Amino acid sequence: MSKKTANKAAVAKEILHEMYRSICRTRSFELKCVELYRQGHISGYLHPYLGEEAIAAGVCAAIGRDSYITSTHRGHGHCISKGAILKYMMAEITGKATGYCKGLGGSMHISCRDDNNLGANGIVGAGIPIAVGAAMGLRVKGINQVAAAFFSDGASNNGTFGESLNFAAAFSLPVLFILENNHYAVSTPVEYSSGCCEFAKLGPAYGMVGVCVDGNDAEAIYVESRRAVERAQNNEGPTLIEAKTYRHGGHHVNDPGLYMDKELLAKWKEHDPQVILKKKISAATAKKIEAEVAEEIEEAVEFAMNSPEPSVEEFLAEIDN
Amino acid sequence: MAEIMYREGLNRALLEEMRRDELVFIMGEGIAARGGSYKVTEGLLAEFGPGRVVDTPLAEATFTGAAVGAALVGTRPVVELLFVDFAPMTMDMVVNQAAKYSFMSGGQGTVPMVLRTQGGAGNGLAGQHSQSLEALFYHIPGLKVVMPSSPYDACGLMKSAIRDEGPVIFIEHKLLYMTKGEVPDEEFVVPLGKADVKRKGEDITLITYSYMTLKCLEAAELLAGEGVSVEVVDLRTLTPLDKETILQSIVKTGRGIVVHEAVKRGGVGGDIASMIMEEAYDDLDGPVARICGKNTTIPYNKNLEKVCVPTVEEIVEGILEMV
Repeated sequence: MSKKTANKAAVAKEILHEMYRSICRTRSFELKCVELYRQGHISGYLHPYLGEEAIAAGVCAAIGRDSYITSTHRGHGHCISKGAILKYMMAEITGKATGYCKGLGGSMHISCRDDNNLGANGIVGAGIPIAVGAAMGLRVKGINQVAAAFFSDGASNNGTFGESLNFAAAFSLPVLFILENNHYAVSTPVEYSSGCCEFAKLGPAYGMVGVCVDGNDAEAIYVESRRAVERAQNNEGPTLIEAKTYRHGGHHVNDPGLYMDKELLAKWKEHDPQVILKKKISAATAKKIEAEVAEEIEEAVEFAMNSPEPSVEEFLAEIDN
Repeated sequence: MAEIMYREGLNRALLEEMRRDELVFIMGEGIAARGGSYKVTEGLLAEFGPGRVVDTPLAEATFTGAAVGAALVGTRPVVELLFVDFAPMTMDMVVNQAAKYSFMSGGQGTVPMVLRTQGGAGNGLAGQHSQSLEALFYHIPGLKVVMPSSPYDACGLMKSAIRDEGPVIFIEHKLLYMTKGEVPDEEFVVPLGKADVKRKGEDITLITYSYMTLKCLEAAELLAGEGVSVEVVDLRTLTPLDKETILQSIVKTGRGIVVHEAVKRGGVGGDIASMIMEEAYDDLDGPVARICGKNTTIPYNKNLEKVCVPTVEEIVEGILEMV
């Protein structure tokens, strides 16, 4: 495992601002979703990305708009950081016809093709081979871009993880494997279910660079992701990035997370991704971004609440029986 | 016109489509230098190189998932799964990813991929290499299922499958690869969703597909000598299902038998028989019958293997019971 110290001085101010905006948008969006869920506006499951916002913010800033991502059931942050418009996300999560997926996908399945976001996924581990294939497709098309797969420590226990790392390494494919180690697979602690808990070590085992970063430090994630992008674009193959983080609550909105260590949770909450990045930008800029985001959230909720539900008649008419 | 083998028809389709569209590429186990277990991909590596003719690691779930990803970014992958028996390893990628993406994304994209594979008994390969698993795919909304019986259909349907917005499950039969048939010299396609009346008849309709089409035609020929006129409808694609051709034939003959190699229980035959009875009850002279594979794992022993799938004799007897 190569542990590199992030060269933080190299990160431009604009990038820090972009990442701070992503973190604020995600944080506010998730808090609003929890509120709407409690009010009965959202059905099904809702898996907040609270506490993990810096990972998506850093990776998406590093890979850029033209690169592709695959996401997870805890995918709002990936979607937002890749550039999604909040009102269409909110409309989707509230099941409206104006949502990204016309109300057919919901919280766990938002795709946003305008941003090259191939979609969140209700099946743990399923997005990993899809990202590998996206990288393959880019190579067939002669486009020198990357595909990033976001997935969790839980997904690393799945066969698709090992298969995909091997596949991408064998063909030197331009993939960033972003392992979000939030320490729990639903409620199962990572130490219980994994033989090797230092996931970055699995990179070299499969023939690629593996790095471990503080998943709550957007700047560090950005720097490592940029290095991974450069390697990928120089035909030096994929990278496994383990980003250590911690959920701010249970697995989903109805899981109080009683199995989580209280002291550890408090420690991680203090090590907050938003607070960490806020210290690196000017107070005035932070304030301006926060105000803009607050307005965006308000608009998103209003748009979602005023949007129509999909038509049952139209839906049934399209089914071929 | 030229007489070619089924496998050559498939090879020609891949060759022509890869020449026509440089976004078409193929991947699978041993398909490049080796040319595939049944020589379907022979010669393609030499023309198109390793970037478009890709030998994959033995990782069925991941290379099927990779096809989904590649299709989502605008290429048109054709994946070869060595045996349909290996499909269970790919099922999340087929059922939850490929089949659902277009729907669940609200139509933001399609998954123009073809999953090529082969099934069927008859080569003494036992239970894990001889199954007919089309019902698994037939059951899933969002998938198209193609099962050709002739070199002409194999070639023309493969071309349509590659051009389709997909996903298409294309199931060949291991006993068909060496069978021969005529194909035109000029380019042609066979549209998905169109059955083909392989033999016209008046007394009874056999509804079938894939290798069983050959057995049904044999049975029809035998009975012609005894004055029984049998119509053989080769479905060619199971989804979309060409109900119109099936029902037209039933209206004419008044009797129908669905014949397939897959086990009877939960097979597509039950669904097709029900559909006929729902939609053409008044035109029927009796219930629609099924002649299908036995509800068993395919045994290794040749004599036992033979009795597990419908024989020409069984089909003849089944017809005689009804006319």
